[in-house]
Amino acid sequence: MSNKEAWGSRVGLILAMAGNAVGLGNFLRFPVQAANNGGGAFIIPYIICFLLMGIPLLWIEWSSGRFGGRLGHHATPFIFQSMNKRAIWRYIGVFGIFTNIAVAAYYCYIESWTMSYVYHSVVGTFNGLNQTEVKDFFDNYTDINSTTTGIPYESIIFYILCLGLNTWILSRGLKGIEKVAKVGMPLLILFGVFLAIKGITLGTSGASEEVPHASAWEGLNFLWTPDFNSLWDFKVWLAAAGQIFFTLSLGMGTVHCYAAYVKSKDDIALNAVSAGFMNEFVEVVLGSLIVIPIAAGYLGIDWVKANAGFGMAFQTMPYLFEKWGDILSVMAGVMWFGLLFFAGITSSLAMGAPWMSFMQDEFNWNRKKAAWSFGFIVLIMGLPTVIFYKYGVFSEYDEWAGTVSLVVFALAESILFSWVWGVSKGWKELNSGADIKIPVIFKYIIKYITPTMLMIVFLGSLLKPLNNDWSQAFHSVLSGNGWTLDNSSIIKMITNEGLKEQLNTAINNNEPESVINEIKQNIFYRNIARTLLLSLFIGITIIISIAYKKRLKEGRKLT
Amino acid sequence: MKTEALITMLCIQIPVVCITAYFFYKVLKTPKKSEPDSYSENEES
Repeated sequence: MSNKEAWGSRVGLILAMAGNAVGLGNFLRFPVQAANNGGGAFIIPYIICFLLMGIPLLWIEWSSGRFGGRLGHHATPFIFQSMNKRAIWRYIGVFGIFTNIAVAAYYCYIESWTMSYVYHSVVGTFNGLNQTEVKDFFDNYTDINSTTTGIPYESIIFYILCLGLNTWILSRGLKGIEKVAKVGMPLLILFGVFLAIKGITLGTSGASEEVPHASAWEGLNFLWTPDFNSLWDFKVWLAAAGQIFFTLSLGMGTVHCYAAYVKSKDDIALNAVSAGFMNEFVEVVLGSLIVIPIAAGYLGIDWVKANAGFGMAFQTMPYLFEKWGDILSVMAGVMWFGLLFFAGITSSLAMGAPWMSFMQDEFNWNRKKAAWSFGFIVLIMGLPTVIFYKYGVFSEYDEWAGTVSLVVFALAESILFSWVWGVSKGWKELNSGADIKIPVIFKYIIKYITPTMLMIVFLGSLLKPLNNDWSQAFHSVLSGNGWTLDNSSIIKMITNEGLKEQLNTAINNNEPESVINEIKQNIFYRNIARTLLLSLFIGITIIISIAYKKRLKEGRKLT
Repeated sequence: MKTEALITMLCIQIPVVCITAYFFYKVLKTPKKSEPDSYSENEES
């Protein structure tokens, strides 16, 4: 076996794991989810889901990974196979490689925006631009026919640079990943603390003639004022569970891969909670004190309520930083986009690890070959997200690979761990070498509560009712009127129902031909994206099948 | 800032900071295991 990788230090492993979890969503998704789901009350289901689903799943993934690693498996297809002989688990394990490649394909694109925005902050591109011009800058940037630096195909070049950097670091192996985490995580926290202090001390000083009532306090009130009525809303619980799931990078196969390099005598129980809580610190403390308070401090809370979303980071923040003066605006831009870059790269590096480990384990590839092959596949998969960004390829990848796959995989792995392999074996594995005593109640939580919660999250996504209004949907069923699915439910997504409805409405309303063509193009490119994703999944499945036959031929045991 | 928002924020953020610090401190203070362990750094020392 050519895979002789090892972690340099325990702190390095924890920072790499925390870096894997800490991503762009900590700063951009969490505050928006909290604000849209009852503010301060959202945090109650969020914390409950963290304790009952997040921590147990972290333990499941660390334990499964370390168990597989002991047998020489560092990627989920054969980690799962070593836990149960049925072929189905090997193929469910495919998700643990597929998801990472597919997510890295579009994630590296966002990461490349942060690189580019650091550059533009330094050279002063945003100096003197008004809010609309900063927003237009982003739109131009993502249009490959435009250029903001004079370099043709700028967005593609930044994407390739970013992917090249990721690949080069990956080619240095676990030590390379660890070094980035050891530099990136402390810097991320430092930058985050600086911006958070600005966020909480802004107060009403950002009010202007146009927005006289602007106040950062209002932003914090919006986020943290509890609305306990929302606790009875199923939608809020689903949103909280979803946020915990995505923020901890669960259901991807990256945690298994990193943990597979830990020996049985070494702790995983404390490592897992330490990395998990580090992520929570970045999300709940830093993530909530930057975007929303600063935006509310200058643009007012009404603007924030109307515009809260992922785009604020790139379309609004550079404009707001300009209000801090020449030097501080450059510093703030570098810190903000720098922290997003570190949040991004520590996650995208983790996404390369499962593919690399698998190829090293099964085909004796050296790590350079494994890393550059990862970079090449991600490039092929990722270029359509860059070139056809505006036609929904990016969103399609995010919906299927970045959302649905994670839930399916996590549900399957929790069933495998608790019921198929057996929670007793799992509990023993988790406690082997543990530096903390885990309360025994978690054994039962892992067995009963976590899979149930994951099943609810999965069914919630599959059968999401119209307008995500669950109480109305249950009333409708009980009164015999059936269950009307929302267009964003998995079932309706499969058939592109939302876009088909848009198309029919446009045709019936005699909308201009250009509008109709745009919707048709959207459907076309989304189908192309699905074809690419399906091809990737099939391709990985074939490689795993070849690896399995190779093992049988060579007489190498799986368990 | 409204009092109820401030209380909610502090009731969540302070425990998160403390627990994070506690676990990380515990990681740093736990004695290293005997060789061979998972970390190459220890082999060099």
